[in-house]
Amino acid sequence: MSDFTPQELMVAVASREIHDGDLVFVGMRLPVLAYAVARNSHAPTARGLFEVGLMRDQPAGGFLGTMGDPPNVAGALWATRMSNVMALMAQGEVDLGFIGGAEVDRFGNLNTSYVGDPRRPTVKLPGSGGGADIAILSRRWVTLISHERRRLVEKVAFITSPGHGDGSPGWRKRNGLLGGGPVAVITTLAVLRFPEEGGEVCVATVHPGHTVDEVLENTGWDLKVSRDVSETSAPTEAELAAIRRFDPDGFWTRSSVTKG
Amino acid sequence: MAEAIERFVPDGATVAMGLALEPLIPFAAGHEMTRQRRRDLELVGPISDALFDQLIGAGCVRRVTAAWVGNVSEGLGHCYRRACEHGIPRPLEVHDHSNFSISLALWAAAWNVPSLPTRALLGSDILRTNPGIESKDGLVHVDAVQPDVAIVHVQRADAMGRAHAWGPLGISEEAGLAAKRVIVSCEELVDASVTLSDPNRILLPETKVVGVVHEPGGAHPSPVQGYFRRDHAFYRHYAERSRSVEGFNAWLEEWVMGVSDRSSYMKRIDVDSIRIRHQRLAAPADFGDE
Repeated sequence: MSDFTPQELMVAVASREIHDGDLVFVGMRLPVLAYAVARNSHAPTARGLFEVGLMRDQPAGGFLGTMGDPPNVAGALWATRMSNVMALMAQGEVDLGFIGGAEVDRFGNLNTSYVGDPRRPTVKLPGSGGGADIAILSRRWVTLISHERRRLVEKVAFITSPGHGDGSPGWRKRNGLLGGGPVAVITTLAVLRFPEEGGEVCVATVHPGHTVDEVLENTGWDLKVSRDVSETSAPTEAELAAIRRFDPDGFWTRSSVTKG
Repeated sequence: MAEAIERFVPDGATVAMGLALEPLIPFAAGHEMTRQRRRDLELVGPISDALFDQLIGAGCVRRVTAAWVGNVSEGLGHCYRRACEHGIPRPLEVHDHSNFSISLALWAAAWNVPSLPTRALLGSDILRTNPGIESKDGLVHVDAVQPDVAIVHVQRADAMGRAHAWGPLGISEEAGLAAKRVIVSCEELVDASVTLSDPNRILLPETKVVGVVHEPGGAHPSPVQGYFRRDHAFYRHYAERSRSVEGFNAWLEEWVMGVSDRSSYMKRIDVDSIRIRHQRLAAPADFGDE
């Protein structure tokens, strides 16, 4: 087994969330690589959608700093306006979305807006982008986040992108949210999963080289652990080769997970 | 550019920019506003990749109505943070949106209706902080946002304001239709026979366009399909320099205030390193009519 970075493991794990045939709302950063890996292995007929106004099948031929970079446009299946892409998502046509977050809570709600009082925040984060739209409208979604106590918090200060709300059964349906909500939180230490009916997240697998105790110590609430918790499968040689082909200089996978 | 900003972007104006998200960002127009020391602007956009951060840091902005303000490949916008957290260089009002809701707000203005309904933002606290978005009868109603002026950078345009843009368009169309006026900056100023040969590719009606500026490189460091790649290193450099107020002010002096215009700016850029060299032409469309 060759060495890999935490980000490379996260990308490989994220790619496994993509099923063949999925229409994936890809977004930015690590999920762009996850899409490329999936497309090159187990999901050869998946399609990617980008809110800038793009649909693709093949991953871009060159490095992407953003979804709007020229290699992502060349060879696209559709170059269009954002509202057309949102139309597909509003109809429930998007199978899977990825959303980054600064803070996530036990019910999968994400904060990318304000730490502290919104009127006088201690930290102003960049905002929703398309996050809230994906959280509400895509059929299922996944978060990637650095596993730290200040990021995995009992209750987020501000719900930018709603997960399973207050965790009560049927919260999303009762509040009119179209999609099924978050299915997994992929962190630098572990994969956390939600029960099928929503509710509270639970440790499913722990990454190689880490322990359940370490995961619990770095989480801001009394995190549940699955009875059959196991080790996260390491990236395969093929997955690593694909990741390194699409991120040749390690821009995304050999520096910090959450830049800035 | 100086004349276009002087005439059509007064203090206090509501200005929509960066409408194609990461590509085609009219940085040259934003830098000219900064040089002319515009004040009390309201900026409207979807995801803003560094341009809004720069204008906020320069003290030009009173309010931001947008889905995201930062530096897409680097993360947080340091000037945006300082303004929201500490009122430096001045306090900033924020009207939060998602990408979908800012699009709807502009479509509402474009169609001349007070608001448009959506299922997006149900359950989001954005409903708490943006007074122009409310939940009623199981739907979210997004109030119209009308810019005084929308500024777009495109690949080519003619002198009558017919702009050809290609690649993803983001919310350029709704913003241009919603705005009272549109300013176009372009890589190439072309004859009307070029633009009119493909009327489907014309971004906005010429009746909206009040100014056309031939500004090659006017979107740097953002990408322009067929012309320039994104200058990732420039964004990284900006992120590092803008971490402190002093660093930002020195950056602003070096790249904006101390630069007379875009052609002087472009002389300091290693253009060869970002120029796209290989053509990938679309097939011509036959508009034959008899």
